[in-house]
Amino acid sequence: MGDLGLFFAILGAALAALVAGAGSARGVGMAGQAAAGVVTDQPDMFGRVLILQLLPGTQGIYGLLIAFVAMNNLGIIGGTPANISLLKGLAYLGACLPMAIVGYISAINQAKAAVASIALVSKRPDQFGKSMLFPAMVETYAIFALLISILAISGVGAIQ
Amino acid sequence: MAVLPMKKVLIVGLRKNRKQMLELLQRQGVLEIETAAVHDGDEPDPVFSRTDTAGVRATFEKNITLANQALAVLDAVSPPEGGGGLFVGREKMSLTDYETNIRKREKIMDMVYDLISQDKRRNEIAAEIPKEEGQLEALAPWQDFPQPMDCTGTARTKTFLGSLPNDVPEQEIMSGIDNERVAVDIISHSPEQTCVAITCLKEDAAAVEEKLRHMSFARPAVSGDVPARQKEKLTANLEKLAAEDEKLRDKIKAYAPRRDELKFIADYFRMRSDKYEVIGSLEQTERVFLVRGYIPEQSTRLLEDLLTTRFDCVVEFSDPAEDEEVPILLKNNAYAAPVEGVVASYAMPARGEIDPTFLASVFYYFLFGMMLSDAAYGLIMVIGVAVVLAKGKDTIEPGMRKTLKMFQYSGIGTIFWGVMFGSWFGDLPAVIIRTFFDPSLPADFSIALWVEPAVQPMTVLGFAFIIGIIHIFFGMAALAYTDIKQGKPLDALFDVGFWYLLLIGAIGILINTEMVGGMFGLSLNLPASVITVFEILAGIGAVGIVLFGGRDSSNWGLRIGKGLYALYGISSYLSDILSYSRLLALGLATGVISSVFNSMAAMVAGPPVIGPVLFALIVVVGHVLNLAINALGAYVHTNRLEYVEFFGKFYNGGGKPFTPFTENTKHYRVKE
Repeated sequence: MGDLGLFFAILGAALAALVAGAGSARGVGMAGQAAAGVVTDQPDMFGRVLILQLLPGTQGIYGLLIAFVAMNNLGIIGGTPANISLLKGLAYLGACLPMAIVGYISAINQAKAAVASIALVSKRPDQFGKSMLFPAMVETYAIFALLISILAISGVGAIQ
Repeated sequence: MAVLPMKKVLIVGLRKNRKQMLELLQRQGVLEIETAAVHDGDEPDPVFSRTDTAGVRATFEKNITLANQALAVLDAVSPPEGGGGLFVGREKMSLTDYETNIRKREKIMDMVYDLISQDKRRNEIAAEIPKEEGQLEALAPWQDFPQPMDCTGTARTKTFLGSLPNDVPEQEIMSGIDNERVAVDIISHSPEQTCVAITCLKEDAAAVEEKLRHMSFARPAVSGDVPARQKEKLTANLEKLAAEDEKLRDKIKAYAPRRDELKFIADYFRMRSDKYEVIGSLEQTERVFLVRGYIPEQSTRLLEDLLTTRFDCVVEFSDPAEDEEVPILLKNNAYAAPVEGVVASYAMPARGEIDPTFLASVFYYFLFGMMLSDAAYGLIMVIGVAVVLAKGKDTIEPGMRKTLKMFQYSGIGTIFWGVMFGSWFGDLPAVIIRTFFDPSLPADFSIALWVEPAVQPMTVLGFAFIIGIIHIFFGMAALAYTDIKQGKPLDALFDVGFWYLLLIGAIGILINTEMVGGMFGLSLNLPASVITVFEILAGIGAVGIVLFGGRDSSNWGLRIGKGLYALYGISSYLSDILSYSRLLALGLATGVISSVFNSMAAMVAGPPVIGPVLFALIVVVGHVLNLAINALGAYVHTNRLEYVEFFGKFYNGGGKPFTPFTENTKHYRVKE
């Protein structure tokens, strides 16, 4: 049964990287289309819209981060996998889920805000400062999820 | 820490001095000119009239467009050198250089027209070349045909020139035709088509044509002279075009040393256009003109001296009326000024509001540093900005300089937190020791001055909440200060004082509970009497808020209802404080991503020579990426904390920024 525990733990780590990464991939793609559209007419806006395009990309990084922390705890990176009970494996899976799910949803919604902000900046370049804030508001929830996932993983690691 | 006091100014000058006076004002850039709106239905003013400058300005705008076009043409052929990068602003130009250049403006415009016409011709050539090349291609299969392409036959014969689809052998074309009376010449053949010349007697022409039609015979796409001769002509023409293009290119390139003149002329017409916009708004009589506007009090002396010593004119200053919307200019000390851009991005202070720049700057660098929290990254920021500032000492615009300084100071905050958290390129020092020197380095090796967030996240989280509470309390204090300054001390008590009591009481009670205290590993076990004090504080605060939170309603029922709703606002304080958990989360993100890259590098560091090279490569690329992404994140989220959690407590904004009449140019800044 120990193998099954490890399986679920790795499933959790994989999901965090996979689902949050997929969300960011979609989000950065959406924002990139809008950004490219702006650059056709206003090539000098490149720097600004590129930053806005990047904003929904952080969820993917957070997902990667959670996956890495989890795998590190499991001893998969640079060591021998620990023997993990089924309960502990499931707990790891649960700990990874906030980042996976909230990461996915927030990336896509952040991208929608980023697309709107790109449109805003294309018309009012002087409002760049504010335009960054709207997508950043959505990111708050990804950060909360990241925090809970990290705390939960380190908490689960302490379970015997 | 201040909004600069503004004066209203009225300048009365003679019309003969108008040009020089306005240019002086434009160069000084200390005056915002008030353009009184004129409505269509208004009675014409009996004394003052306005000049319609729309036509002149349209000409100037056209010249700006042409100059920029010419500049683009030149840049495309001979790209400007270096450039100097993202941060470099306008070059300085002395007044004498400026005047010399003005005298050359006709010549410069000739260059502009010349550049544009050369470019137009080049575009024509670029369109012509593919056309000629297409013709050459169409001629290729007919290369060996010795007759002109439009030959139709002789007096007694008829010639059909054309192509048949696919590769058709001669016999097939001839089949069914009396081959004594028809001559078939296959000029060329390929799998796609066969080009043929068929000559027959005129009386057979109809039959031959019928036969050819069944074979999908098509007339050639080219006509005219003998193909070989045509080819010769086309080739010669193409060579001529290429040579002409090359010559035009060289001609354009020859203008490269005069690039600066093009930049100047674009700026010159930009300034003139702006000046005429102002002229159009001025009140004028036959002899005098009036300029009304706002000027920072500190510049009044300078302006008065400059104008009255050089011209016959009257300069009058007055205080703006109470209800007037005065433009806002901020002035702060060296510590706070870099954050002005952040404040301006949010909103300028409205009338009567304090300038929040200093208050925002108190925490800004600290919060930024905690989110990025890597000593090496901080060093890179501090040194990088110092290098950029030193290189662009004369040309970096004041706004950009402030932004750069903001990142530099934030870099200092980053160094501080990096040292506290023991993060130098993440855990790179430990990874290097472990990989190359001493594999037995214990896992809990740490150079942190305080704690490592990844090891003791709860400690740092608790600390982040404390920072949040202080930051929010600080914002509330700013509200109380504004209230007291505006003569409303009771508002300060009701809206800030009671909340202080309630929040301090609530935090005191919560921290002693097993749930919250246990989370942070605290077991305070405060004596019951202390708890009672907290309970009393919270109670007074809560009752005060219920009683006075809705004090603008005279109906007591409504007032208590509103007060209860105000008390419900405590949930928003809770979420504000929780929001500061991003201080930990983003700091962790930097650290963990660093260690991801470091471990990746360590994995490939095994083999000699190539190992360390790969190690260095991964480390450099990884950390550049990590720094870029996390510096952006730290910047955005520091702004968020300032805007939402901090400004939300006391600052609304809504003032109109001071926009002086100045040299709104792209390349040069004319200085006296």
